[in-house]
Amino acid sequence: MEWLKQADTTGEKFLLMFVAIALFVLVMGVILFVVDRISRPPKWVLVLGFMGPALIGLAFGLVYPALTTVKASFYDANGETFVGADNYVTAFTEDSFQQVLGNTLAWTLLVPILSTVIGLVYAVLVDRTRVEKFAKTLMFMPMAISMVGASIIWKFMYEYKAVIEGLAPERQPAQIGLLNQVLIWLGLEPQQFLLNGPWNNLFLMIVMIWIQSGFAMTILSAAIKAIPDDTMEAARLDGAGGMRLFTSITIPSVRPALVVVLTTIAMSTLKVFDIVRTMTGGNFGTGVIANEFYTQSFKQANYGLGSALAVILFIFVVPLIVYNVFQMRKSEEMR
Amino acid sequence: MSTITESAASPATPEPSNFEKLDMRADKARVTLGSRVASVVAIVIAVLWTIPTLGLFITSFRPEADIKKSGWWTWFTNFNTTIDNYVEVLTGSRFELSTFFVNSIVITLPAVIIPITLALLAAYAFAWIDFKGRNILFVAVFALQVVPIQVTLIPLLTQYVKWGLAGSFWTVWLSHSIFALPLAIFLLHNFMKEIPRELVEAARVDGAGHVKIFFQVLMPLLVPAIASFAIFQFLWVWNDLLVALTFAGGDQNVAPLTVRVAELAGTRGQAWYLLSAGAFVSMVVPVIVFLALQRYFVRGLLAGSVKG
Repeated sequence: MEWLKQADTTGEKFLLMFVAIALFVLVMGVILFVVDRISRPPKWVLVLGFMGPALIGLAFGLVYPALTTVKASFYDANGETFVGADNYVTAFTEDSFQQVLGNTLAWTLLVPILSTVIGLVYAVLVDRTRVEKFAKTLMFMPMAISMVGASIIWKFMYEYKAVIEGLAPERQPAQIGLLNQVLIWLGLEPQQFLLNGPWNNLFLMIVMIWIQSGFAMTILSAAIKAIPDDTMEAARLDGAGGMRLFTSITIPSVRPALVVVLTTIAMSTLKVFDIVRTMTGGNFGTGVIANEFYTQSFKQANYGLGSALAVILFIFVVPLIVYNVFQMRKSEEMR
Repeated sequence: MSTITESAASPATPEPSNFEKLDMRADKARVTLGSRVASVVAIVIAVLWTIPTLGLFITSFRPEADIKKSGWWTWFTNFNTTIDNYVEVLTGSRFELSTFFVNSIVITLPAVIIPITLALLAAYAFAWIDFKGRNILFVAVFALQVVPIQVTLIPLLTQYVKWGLAGSFWTVWLSHSIFALPLAIFLLHNFMKEIPRELVEAARVDGAGHVKIFFQVLMPLLVPAIASFAIFQFLWVWNDLLVALTFAGGDQNVAPLTVRVAELAGTRGQAWYLLSAGAFVSMVVPVIVFLALQRYFVRGLLAGSVKG
């Protein structure tokens, strides 16, 4: 039965997968069968049958670990000695961590704003054109691929071949990254986009913007389509031009959607990990909280500090999500 | 405000065809924004969004020597094409992406099926069984969406090690399933609430129990909602790096494609013939799923199905 834990061959893995699914179906089937068989079951049996498994999972996998982490954030690296708020003091005062916090802040401000602006402009521009569907798919596509894949795509865009001193420009090694080639075509020096701070942060953010704009575009496009034709028509009869129409009809009409998009992207951006990890590993001054959490917890084995960073992340996310829910409630009431 | 009511009250004109509407819209744009500028901006954005992917895609089909010597844009004048890179990453003994491809599939299927099933049942109870404390419990489950998974990773890993399960598929399945639950329950509950009460009541009058109502009345109506969430969960799990790295990171027999490709980017950062092909091997399944089921995906997005 060793393969139940350690599946090594492809056959074993698929077998294990089917066994797992079958086991799950069997357990759930038995639970429901029992619930169904009892005539006039007491309510608590019913409720437990339907949502017991989910609740146990949530308690075990989310509630309990979250509480443990909060506790661990007040202990030292091994989780043995109580250190009070020391980990938090470290996270907020040490230079390297201050940079991490600063970067995270820059990410959370710039990425949502730029993605939303680009998504909105694009949504307006392609709205009701003949190629709308195709045009939208183009921008939307990055949402389907992994952040790891996106990071590699962009790393290749930023690729830099060292310039050799004292060699004529035409004999320099060819740049294979498109951006550096563009710089050369423009008569400029090739750059190490991912190494030179603080701009390298911006080049990492571009990857996230590239991914998230499609999301912003989809939500905002739906909101734009929901604006009644009459409203547009009336404004136009009043003599409003394209720009005017955009600022005084389109934007106010999609305001609730804008808020949702901004906060949602801000939340995903706060937790961004894959991009930084794949492209720079958090080196060269590009660390963000989510990546630093991983480094501290699993590379440095500093559980206390890692936990504190996770809790800080949690604290940053809460106001965003609360605001988001509040806005959604409001827009639902308006409907 | 007055103009809006005026135009709404104006006598109904025959509905213009879609094509005419399109024309009208285009006319107006021409007058106002200058459709040239608008089109140019739109095309520039579209190109900017496509070129990075295209560049790596072309690169993945160029011979190793060419990739090192010249940019992918020179391929348009020198069509030197090969599938060697793909053969190498899929079967080469040092990379064996095919193994990780299998791992990705084995991880993803249960991690989609299990949470959706659990969430459907729980959502049913929240929507159609009256019990004390239902609202408070629902708000609590909803609020759990706030918890970033980072907060849970170390304690979970400790627990898995204690059970002797660390580094097996079980931990990855379990973790993904649990992390998906709050959002899944919330969304599916919303969809279930939209089903007319009369349908459920009628079945109840006919003597159907909750289990029967769930399977025979609700499930058939929920297929689109399930599809929407399934696509999300699928893309989320297939593309995930953090959970996989934490619970299956070290083990070649469990780690999915994302872990392997990210590792390649770290250790073989300059080997673009491998990285380009590897990246596309990891992308092909989600892109196909996405293109085939885009409609459901957009539907899910608009229902507020957003995860981070």
